[in-house]
Amino acid sequence: MPASIKLKSARVVAAHRPNAGKQHLSHDELLQIYYFMRLTREFEESIITLYRQGKIIGGAFSGNGNEATAVGSAFCLKIEDYLFPMHRDLGAHFVKGQTVRNLMLQHLGRGNSPARGRDGTGHYADSSLRIYGNISHLAAMIPVATGVALASKLRKEKSVVMTYIGDGGSNVGDFHESLAMCSVMKLPLVLIVENNQYAYSTPIAKQFIVEKISDRAIGYGIPGFTIDGTDVDEVYAVSKQAVDRARRGDGPTLIESVTMRMHGHSVNDGAEYVPKKLLDKWKKKDPLLKIEKQLEDKKILSRVIKSDYERKISEEIQEAIQFALESPYPPAGDAAVGVFAE
Amino acid sequence: MAVVSYIDAISMGLWEEMERDSSVFLLGEDIGEYGGAFKVTKGFLNHFGSDRVIDSVLAESAILGAATGAALVGMKPVAEMQFADFVTCGFNQLVSNSATMHYRWNLPVPMVVRLPSGAGIHGGPFHSRNPEAWFFHQPGLKLVAPSTPYDAKGLIKAAIRDPNPVLYFEHKRLYRHIKGEVPNDDFVVEIGKGDIKRNGRDISVVTYGSVVHAALEAADILEKQDGVSVEVLDLRSLMPFDKELILTSVRKTGKVLIAHEDTITGGIGGEIAALIAEFAFQSLDAPIKRVGAIDTPTPFAPTLEEFFLPTKEKIVTALRGLAAF
Repeated sequence: MPASIKLKSARVVAAHRPNAGKQHLSHDELLQIYYFMRLTREFEESIITLYRQGKIIGGAFSGNGNEATAVGSAFCLKIEDYLFPMHRDLGAHFVKGQTVRNLMLQHLGRGNSPARGRDGTGHYADSSLRIYGNISHLAAMIPVATGVALASKLRKEKSVVMTYIGDGGSNVGDFHESLAMCSVMKLPLVLIVENNQYAYSTPIAKQFIVEKISDRAIGYGIPGFTIDGTDVDEVYAVSKQAVDRARRGDGPTLIESVTMRMHGHSVNDGAEYVPKKLLDKWKKKDPLLKIEKQLEDKKILSRVIKSDYERKISEEIQEAIQFALESPYPPAGDAAVGVFAE
Repeated sequence: MAVVSYIDAISMGLWEEMERDSSVFLLGEDIGEYGGAFKVTKGFLNHFGSDRVIDSVLAESAILGAATGAALVGMKPVAEMQFADFVTCGFNQLVSNSATMHYRWNLPVPMVVRLPSGAGIHGGPFHSRNPEAWFFHQPGLKLVAPSTPYDAKGLIKAAIRDPNPVLYFEHKRLYRHIKGEVPNDDFVVEIGKGDIKRNGRDISVVTYGSVVHAALEAADILEKQDGVSVEVLDLRSLMPFDKELILTSVRKTGKVLIAHEDTITGGIGGEIAALIAEFAFQSLDAPIKRVGAIDTPTPFAPTLEEFFLPTKEKIVTALRGLAAF
């Protein structure tokens, strides 16, 4: 058993994944996944802290409880695949190769952030990594993801497009129009519904009366799966199956990943409407604790590796915070340029 | 050179651009097998194949969003809204996604949306719209509205070659009613450049789309009956629009009528009036006048629609008012 895994930068990890063809995760891959999940959790905690310190303005979102879904699903993607993440899928950005620094700059709206301060949080695009961030209108990116899948098919590229939506968001027209188009045209889209029990303050009982959101797939004639969103192995296996199906040209898949939104809708939402009993129940299923226990039981994750990761993650986040705080906002006049491409 | 109809000029331009650039493809309802509701794309499927002429599901938001996505990764989609009226079903995609991506992400979105628009065909409220004003107001969208076959061909080519989202308003009443000379070879009408369709000294008419023809007829009447010389300026592009051409014309004549088929209040004529008031105030010898449809949904019965629309007669009346001021 290795004393510690030599970690390359996130970009390199995404590029060279030796077992990307296999359905099951190797020990190395499980450690990488654990690293990304831990990184995501710590990164978001730091964002919340920075917001409370007044250093992040506007708002902040947390995907606490969603780490296995975001990381496990994105882990299936190859470099040529496209990622359209939502606001609780920060882990997916890291898996696809985005740097901690860039995401920190994004949250602090700096001039040298990927979106150059024109939009914040995950609302950026990095075409070199094939990451296209969401906009605030939920489900509005699914048709765009559909178009990218269409381009992939027309150009015979075999690239797959992975995107996400919430339980509430799966009621929006764009969700349905996109599945209609993707199913009929057999487009290579993997659509993951993150059912975290709440859409802002609205519980799922007020959003739909079907037992499983994945049953909506029946209406479009495509495969639908409901999975345990806190179990990284299950998330990976089912996502991989969907990605392979899309790559073969057989069309889209709908995956419903069941988790819990452990924090409020945003950092401003105390979420007092969530019954404490529900939160307690899901705390026991914390995906991070789950994978930790799993890897410790299998003797893959030693205390040495774990503290090595914690140190590296802490250093990387602190460096990113420092760098971002020292980076300036974009010059005021920049606001007026760039509406059109030349 | 050939004399072709307005609709054939659009087909010509589309066809040539598809031959020229293999990344151009069409996406819309009934455009392939059926050749389009108005037959603009008749014969295209046979020639270009189903990978380039795509019969879409009935879902305007998906069509516009998909066009945005395909453009984002380097293709050149030309999406069609079967009637301009149906663009509202995908409004959010255009104003939130297509329009803002370059500003926010520094990525071009080279897509075109063809919008058969306009009234006077007994279409009623939902087959007669001129929706340009909403999109005029959204930074990040370009808008063009040809009035002649020459401009129709030149502008569809320019729109397809532009790296930005371009909304192409083709007036459906002009399709088979207007014919004109169109070069058989490749040419482009530059987006942002207007055109003086008729030179004049006494009054400027700033207009676009179907009303250009009514304005030209009205100008003829003023010349022959009143001895008044009217200049007709065809904007051709609505965003960006040719501010210099407008101001030059108004500085020359001192009197201006702005005319469009869209409803008057909040129509883009108001923006043009503000521009003239601010930058050519000293040149004005009369208040700025506007003619547009009345502020109602487009009614169906012919008597109602006649009252609704700006006509040659209403333009003549407005011009005479200005001439007498």
